[in-house]
Amino acid sequence: MSNTPMLKVENLGITFGGLKAVDNLSLSIEKRELYGLIGPNGAGKTTVFNLLTGVYKPTTGTFCLDGEELTGKNSVEINRRGIARTFQNIRLFGQMSVLDNVKVGLSNSAHYNVFEGILRLPRYHREETEMNERAMSLLSVFGLDGEYAYKASNLPYGKQRKLEIARAMATSPKLLLLDEPAAGMNPNETAELMETIRFVREKFDMTILLIEHDMKLVSGICENVTVLNFGTVLASGKTDKVLDNPKVITAYLGE
Amino acid sequence: MKIKFNRKMIGSVIAAIAIYAVIAILILTGILPRSMQSLVVKISYYVVLALSLNLIVGFLGDLSLGHAAFYAVGAYAGCAFALYSGLPLIPNFIISLLIGGISAAIIGFLISCAILKLRGDYLAIVTLAFGEFIRSIVKIIPGLGGTKGLTGVPSFDRFEGFTFGYAVVIIVIIILCNFTNSRHGRTITAIRDNAIAAESVGINIKRYKVLVFTVSSFMAGMAGVLFGFYKTSVEPADFTYNVSIEVLVMVVLGGMGSLKGSVIAAIIIVALPELLREAAAYRMLIYAIALITMMMLNSSPKFAALKAKALDRLYSVRESITAVFKRAK
Ligand SMILES: Nc1ncnc2c1ncn2[C@@H]1O[C@H](COP(=O)(O)OP(=O)(O)OP(=O)(O)O)[C@@H](O)[C@H]1O
Ligand SMILES: [Mg+2]
Repeated sequence: MSNTPMLKVENLGITFGGLKAVDNLSLSIEKRELYGLIGPNGAGKTTVFNLLTGVYKPTTGTFCLDGEELTGKNSVEINRRGIARTFQNIRLFGQMSVLDNVKVGLSNSAHYNVFEGILRLPRYHREETEMNERAMSLLSVFGLDGEYAYKASNLPYGKQRKLEIARAMATSPKLLLLDEPAAGMNPNETAELMETIRFVREKFDMTILLIEHDMKLVSGICENVTVLNFGTVLASGKTDKVLDNPKVITAYLGE
Repeated sequence: MKIKFNRKMIGSVIAAIAIYAVIAILILTGILPRSMQSLVVKISYYVVLALSLNLIVGFLGDLSLGHAAFYAVGAYAGCAFALYSGLPLIPNFIISLLIGGISAAIIGFLISCAILKLRGDYLAIVTLAFGEFIRSIVKIIPGLGGTKGLTGVPSFDRFEGFTFGYAVVIIVIIILCNFTNSRHGRTITAIRDNAIAAESVGINIKRYKVLVFTVSSFMAGMAGVLFGFYKTSVEPADFTYNVSIEVLVMVVLGGMGSLKGSVIAAIIIVALPELLREAAAYRMLIYAIALITMMMLNSSPKFAALKAKALDRLYSVRESITAVFKRAK
């Protein structure tokens, strides 16, 4: 069974009042692969993430995670089955501490119930300690352990993006979806982030689907890419070949 | 079982005992005038109401204008039991307290299931309607005394009233502190801060909303029982939407999501009109003005910045004072 792809998308599509935001998308991502999804503004990249995480229900097509069909399921269920994501416009729990943001992601891995929580029974203490340790070790992967007590909204922009990844990782996903994780970062921060993403893949054997605007950045770390344009696949395959494709170059540079 | 004692906890326990002892002495020696003694009891159930509403408004971020409904259900269920059970006072009160809390929790559970899809203004309007709806239902249920309500509920003496009121307040504070610092409490704050992100990490928002309403109405129900035992009667007129608004004012003035704030605001708002008898007629007007002012101020970023600055300065002052003390040692 080792050759079941981690994610298999077939003919996925969605229409918003006549606009085909995503049309007939098919792609397949192997386990432990770092896969890129690129395309100009408004191409439908974020919409693909919203489809894969159950924010929108697809009008056509299906997708399977590790052989299990998830089409039509809601966000909560999809996350529990193993897809976690970050957002293009950062969505942290702003008033909560950095540590608590990650612990919210770990919440479903704990089992103590409301009464055990209110009465502080042994399982509460045991699982809270465990969560603290796991959250701190995740934070240290992203270099955020020093700021664990900060309010999330007080973090600088780059660190907020990293915290979002840490929170997504806390749900122990099989597939991680990153929506423009380097947006708004300077070149140094971007380079460092790419290192972190690679490290996450190695350390957690993670499969990652990455949306990126910057083609150079994608070619640096993704084995395969799919290029979207106006909701349809323009090209797909090995990164270097796709990026040399004249159609892709015109789409990016304009007619 | 391992109980973790830290300094902060020991400090709170000592403070709680000290406050109790001081007020108990004031009551027992008769230093506190009669009117003030009953005020102490009244404060206790308002504190519980404010704390419980804060869970919905402050922590979950939903605007509920129907808190009086849960308060009423608790009061009626608990007091009806107390009236008909004929048990000795103390066990009667404790069992009534539980019955009131549980009945209110059941109603809270049912109502929250019904309003799951609503948000913001719509939620506010529908909860307001539910409040009035419960009040009308209570009038027509046989055995609850119609518009006259229930009379002859067993009564406390002032000292017992204070002791039980205080105990309930402490229990509610412990429940809320522990709840808000558990994984469930964190989840609730996460939903308030960003519902879409919460769903993306596998949080079932509806389940948690129902949980919040249930826990909150349990506590509001207990406040109702305290009220019934204090007043020795309950009637539909005790649970108009004015009560819901009054409690909401306490939550907003004390600060959304601040337990300490709710306690302090409830004390001030209950005590002030009694202390300034003449101003009592303008109470609702003053609330309205205070509420609107706070809402306007809280939604203005300039004011938030100002507040943060003031707090920062306060903290730095405190830090330098402690530093001086440390050096002196
Ligand atoms: N909920 C919606 N209702 C209507 N149209 C939508 C909705 N969501 C997205 N669209 C449209 O679908 C198209 C694709 O949007 P999407 O956000 O997926 O683009 P994108 O590739 O992520 O772009 P960017 O690089 O700017 O983030 C756009 O034309 C957008 O206006
Ligand atoms: Mg996008």
